Amino acid sequence: MSTLTRVKEYRPQQRHLPMIATLVLLVAAYGYGASQYPAFGSGQVVFNLFINYSWLLVVAIGMTFVILTGGIDLSVGSVVALSTVLSAELLTKHGWSAPAVIVLVLAVGALLGTGMGALIHYFEIQPFIATLVGLFFARGLCLTISTEAPSIDNAVFTSIAQTQIPLPGDSHVSISVVIALVVVVIAGYVLHYTRFGRTVYAVGGSEQSAVLMGLKVARTKVSVYALSGFCSALGGLLLVFYKLSGDPLSAIGTELDAIAAVVIGGTILSGGSGYVVGTVLGVLVLGMIQTLIDFDGTLSSWWTKIVIGALLFGFIVLQRLIARRAR
Amino acid sequence: MTEPEAILRMTGIRKEFPGVVALDDVDFRMFPGEVHALMGENGAGKSTLIKTLTGVHGIDAGTIELGGSAVSFAGPPEAQRAGVSTVYQEVNLCPNLSVAENIFIGREPRRFGRIHWAGMRRRAEVLLGALDLRLDVSAGLGSQSIAVQQMVAIARALDVSARVLVLDEPTSSLDAGEVEQLLKVLRSLREDGMAILFVSHFIDQVFAIADRMTVLRNGKLVGEYRTSDITPVELVTRMIGKELEVLDDLEESAHDRSDLAAAPVFLQADGLSRKGAVAPFSLEIRQGEVVGLAGLLGSGRTELARLLFGADHSDSGTLTVDGAVVPMRTPRAGMDHRIAFSPEDRKTEGLVGELTVRENIVLALQAARGWSRPLSRKRQDELAARYVAALDIRPTSPETLVRNLSGGNQQKVLLARWLITEPRLLILDEPTRGIDIGAKTEIQRLVAKLSGDGMAVLFISAELEEVLRLSHRVTVLRDRKVVAQLDNESLTADEIMSIIAEGSSA
Repeated sequence: MSTLTRVKEYRPQQRHLPMIATLVLLVAAYGYGASQYPAFGSGQVVFNLFINYSWLLVVAIGMTFVILTGGIDLSVGSVVALSTVLSAELLTKHGWSAPAVIVLVLAVGALLGTGMGALIHYFEIQPFIATLVGLFFARGLCLTISTEAPSIDNAVFTSIAQTQIPLPGDSHVSISVVIALVVVVIAGYVLHYTRFGRTVYAVGGSEQSAVLMGLKVARTKVSVYALSGFCSALGGLLLVFYKLSGDPLSAIGTELDAIAAVVIGGTILSGGSGYVVGTVLGVLVLGMIQTLIDFDGTLSSWWTKIVIGALLFGFIVLQRLIARRAR
Repeated sequence: MTEPEAILRMTGIRKEFPGVVALDDVDFRMFPGEVHALMGENGAGKSTLIKTLTGVHGIDAGTIELGGSAVSFAGPPEAQRAGVSTVYQEVNLCPNLSVAENIFIGREPRRFGRIHWAGMRRRAEVLLGALDLRLDVSAGLGSQSIAVQQMVAIARALDVSARVLVLDEPTSSLDAGEVEQLLKVLRSLREDGMAILFVSHFIDQVFAIADRMTVLRNGKLVGEYRTSDITPVELVTRMIGKELEVLDDLEESAHDRSDLAAAPVFLQADGLSRKGAVAPFSLEIRQGEVVGLAGLLGSGRTELARLLFGADHSDSGTLTVDGAVVPMRTPRAGMDHRIAFSPEDRKTEGLVGELTVRENIVLALQAARGWSRPLSRKRQDELAARYVAALDIRPTSPETLVRNLSGGNQQKVLLARWLITEPRLLILDEPTRGIDIGAKTEIQRLVAKLSGDGMAVLFISAELEEVLRLSHRVTVLRDRKVVAQLDNESLTADEIMSIIAEGSSA
């Protein structure tokens, strides 16, 4: 089937509705911004969203997997901070090489995630509690390692941070954006085209059924938390590339931003329904709201939180209504 | 006649749970190209037998042979790989995935290492086509009817190259047309040489489809019969069994209807129904009248009672209390009209085991008063003491935790709870199940006394003798339909049994 006929045949399905709503919202917000502030209309505003939020996007992708299984991961913010602190500490004080630091940070993130996943699956501890433990543990570890926020002057890190990839129209993006988009594509492929990905959906739909259908539920559940830990660590590295420092008090509350982005992107909190593309849109909406408020200049940045709260409310109600109509 | 080789042979199966022998020396076999019905009341051991077959439970004694070699499965997935597929009563699929995916998940066709969606949809269409089902296989499973979901579950089971297909109450939530569709599919599978294990409460369906039946009762094998060699009445008799009653007779006056004909009608149902629960029925209960509900477990007795109380709301029909039509949508509405419902499963639906006898007794009264008007502790103590004495609840201390009481005493606590609200209609769902004979008699006496005092009672029990002893009128349910309403003057258990078996009064 050619792409063209596929597009023609496409009619919005109910499960795509929240995602479409997010897209409409995003376009409307951009249109509003462009009409109010001439500078807003430039493409670079959009690319800056990606540059500023690539780290959050990667974290939110990991969160998407967890939420699709019906779980939640509260530890992501702490794991992000831990990654920045570990990077700064090892690079500046212990003179590790950049590749070794990157590998170690990613491994620590994945390991923490695996631990929480194992707690959740084998000890039947609610994800909320198990990852709350992870949240405190990782944040505590950050502050044990360092109470300061040293800046990083490693050659590899600074070059990654400062490289600009030029785009047509006098725009540019960072290497982090490319990394984040690669993660998005891989995540989308995994969810749609692999057995692991489909099992993630099945577990979110009905864990009991998934077990009875002979699916590898245990492995899948532990894996999504490992994946979320890995994504958080990678997000932490991207944050390091963005700020070139390791702050033990960074990314506080990131878990909530990530969850908000996933939900605004149309993934249902009880699991089983949602798309990676939705999460990308969700992160962009959060970023767009912040940008609009920055452009306005008169509003306090706390308005971002209020708008996000209102949006979350709106989307959760929308999901409820759709679910009710489907029944 | 020489019999073909059995594909499945279970011999001398024994399964114990702490304190209960669930299966005791049960034999069971299945032949290719046959539908074999496993019959018995709830608790007879049907589900346990299926679970030992599919590896959910291990067995304590006995052997299972599949295709001539001994097997012992570690769980349903392993049983499935060996060719024993099970479709459960509640469809165990994922409503959020598409129809095609539900058939193939875990075994998706792949190409170049990735899931081949188009191929999967094609194969799903072919498989469902073989079951005479044409639909958009990329649609979500959750948007399909239960019947279609059931078929999808069967399609999934078949695709795992099943030799033995186990259907655990597949028809319980289907309507008549859907049942016919399912039976048609089963017939064609049978022609293909599949061995099908069919469990159903519906006698009609069993006689329509089964070639062979095995009857269990209380975990023991009653016998294996060819469908052609047994009548519905014989089947029901074997399922229920004759239970010797050593109860002293209640006074015959219980059956005296002379002064009841003049009593005002308290509650009247007209064409009340709920899809998948009870077909439309009409019923009236007069003040001081005991109406018995007879029927097999799963025939819709509890569902009917829940409609009258408002625990479920009806799809059609009206309910009249004291001559006025009332909406009965919540248990609260039932309580407001002074209807009390003592549920079947006293542990999960009735009593709070962690609370004391006193606290359990005052629960309903407190709820009826509303939380803003708490009962004083003194009043609570008075009430508890009075009912503990009146119903002879033991131990006599109202401060005992309910979970430490015996079944019979728990039942009395439940009764006391509803009695202090002074209901005008008391619905008792299996009030005497699982309690000892002495407590049983006391509860029966109490029911007779309450109705003598003018309370209307709806009495539900699987024990026909008990229903007959207490009721002024008997309503018989079968396959979720009210099939007969009889005055209890000279009714016998045999008559009711034949109505249950055949669906009409003889």
